[in-house]
Amino acid sequence: MTEPIIEIKQLTYDYPDRRVLNEVTFDVEQGQFLAIVGENGSGKSTLIKCMLGLLKPTGSIRLFGQDQAAFSDWWRISYVSQKAASFNSGFPVTVAEVVEMGLYAKKGLFRRVTKQDRQKVKTALETVGMWDRRDSKVGDLSGGQQQRVFIARALVNDPDLMILDEPTVGVDQRYVKEFYEILEELRRDKKRTFVLVTHDIHFVSKLVTDVIHLVDGRLGCNCGIKEYWELDEQTIRSLYPVPGRVLVHRGEVVQ
Amino acid sequence: MIEAFMTLKFLQYALVAAVLIGFTAPLIGSFVVVRRMSLIADALSHVTLAGIALSLLISGMVASLADLNPLYLGIVTSVIAALTIDWLRAKYKHFQELAIPIIMATGMGLGAIFISLANGFSMDLVSFLFGTVSAVTLTDVYTILIVTGVVILFVIAFYKELLFLSFDEEQARVSGIRLRLVHILFMIVVALVIAISMRVVGILLVSSLITLPVAAALRFAKSFKATIFYAIVFGEVATITGLILAYQFDLAPGGMIVMLAVAELILVMVIERFRIGGKLHEKKHRTSA
Repeated sequence: MTEPIIEIKQLTYDYPDRRVLNEVTFDVEQGQFLAIVGENGSGKSTLIKCMLGLLKPTGSIRLFGQDQAAFSDWWRISYVSQKAASFNSGFPVTVAEVVEMGLYAKKGLFRRVTKQDRQKVKTALETVGMWDRRDSKVGDLSGGQQQRVFIARALVNDPDLMILDEPTVGVDQRYVKEFYEILEELRRDKKRTFVLVTHDIHFVSKLVTDVIHLVDGRLGCNCGIKEYWELDEQTIRSLYPVPGRVLVHRGEVVQ
Repeated sequence: MIEAFMTLKFLQYALVAAVLIGFTAPLIGSFVVVRRMSLIADALSHVTLAGIALSLLISGMVASLADLNPLYLGIVTSVIAALTIDWLRAKYKHFQELAIPIIMATGMGLGAIFISLANGFSMDLVSFLFGTVSAVTLTDVYTILIVTGVVILFVIAFYKELLFLSFDEEQARVSGIRLRLVHILFMIVVALVIAISMRVVGILLVSSLITLPVAAALRFAKSFKATIFYAIVFGEVATITGLILAYQFDLAPGGMIVMLAVAELILVMVIERFRIGGKLHEKKHRTSA
């Protein structure tokens, strides 16, 4: 059996005033499309940041079979954040320049962008349908187009693992569907592994294979998408601890 | 006047220094501006004043150091201040801008003390405040040349990392780039550029040469490379023309150079206004037709 792409054991992370992640343990296998869901403040984004090495938690994280501290092949992992919402639109940078940045992790000092690299940029931009806009300033594009550019940047290195943190926040609703269609296309060969933080699991349920539901920093549930939709009412209630909220699960009001 | 520049050594030194500074200041300034660090340049230049004043004080007091080039202590204080700003920004994570007034006040305070100890402003010091045409020495030119080389080498080596860091710090960190190292080196390079620029532009105006050409380039450049290119063109035009005019009319070159950079910015804005106006007019015309 091949080693898991991500192995997380007893992961705990504290902010000065509270515990955000509490002894979280799970694995992500190759080819999985894992959705991380949970209410605001349940620790989803913190979990992602720990995986990416942006935060230093206690516990253990292994990436591609290596301890995170010793892991150096960061180019195998790409990350798409909520950039469309927070992007500085005045920055003087073209679409092609942004996508090229995705190649920098693999390149050492003094190594310039080669002809081959430009071809990779072209392929990535064609995948997201933005090649025609390669010379446009990123700030001049719409939110949906900008996010497509950031996906192209994430793709350009042909990563084995894509981590997406609510990538459609701030993106016009009409582009959200288009965005997930691109992900579907990328998932076609089932070789690439995806971890997606989302509030909209309905929207992506076709793509998702597994779900992690965080409740106050704990693992509320870790199961396949099919099982997730068939959870009994008591479990669902335990996943949404805040009382008085109307909760719809598979179109039915359960709380 | 051309003859003067062909024959007078001090004018040639000043011109070479101006050409080099007109290149390096906007080059590094492009990164300074997009990283929203323009005010740091201002703080560093004020601290450099303390180094210059200290150097002039030492030269006045110690006979064996009478010929000490103030540029050296200026460079040292500027680099120390850059690293201290960085340290303060880490200490005040939620109020990072506090580092600037703290360092600026320290620099100006020390500068004031050293100036009083040296019994007030000398001509030398005034030339450092607003730049000089006549006081650029051959040693200055060599120092500026070496620093320019260091800056160019740094930008070539770290261009990718700097651009990534400036555009998207979080993503750059995720991709495994050694950001801390790049950032510290960047701060040192900014300090070096400020220190070498003050000979021609002057301490009080140096930050404008770092920011104004970039501000003009930002109005129309679409790519980062184009921003750097246009900023350097604006920088060179301002420094070379400013120096020539300053010599011609016997004015402080810093003032001339900066005012030319301001004029360039205004010109770009006016052209931009006309172009936008023209496009709107065209659009209106088409709609009505």
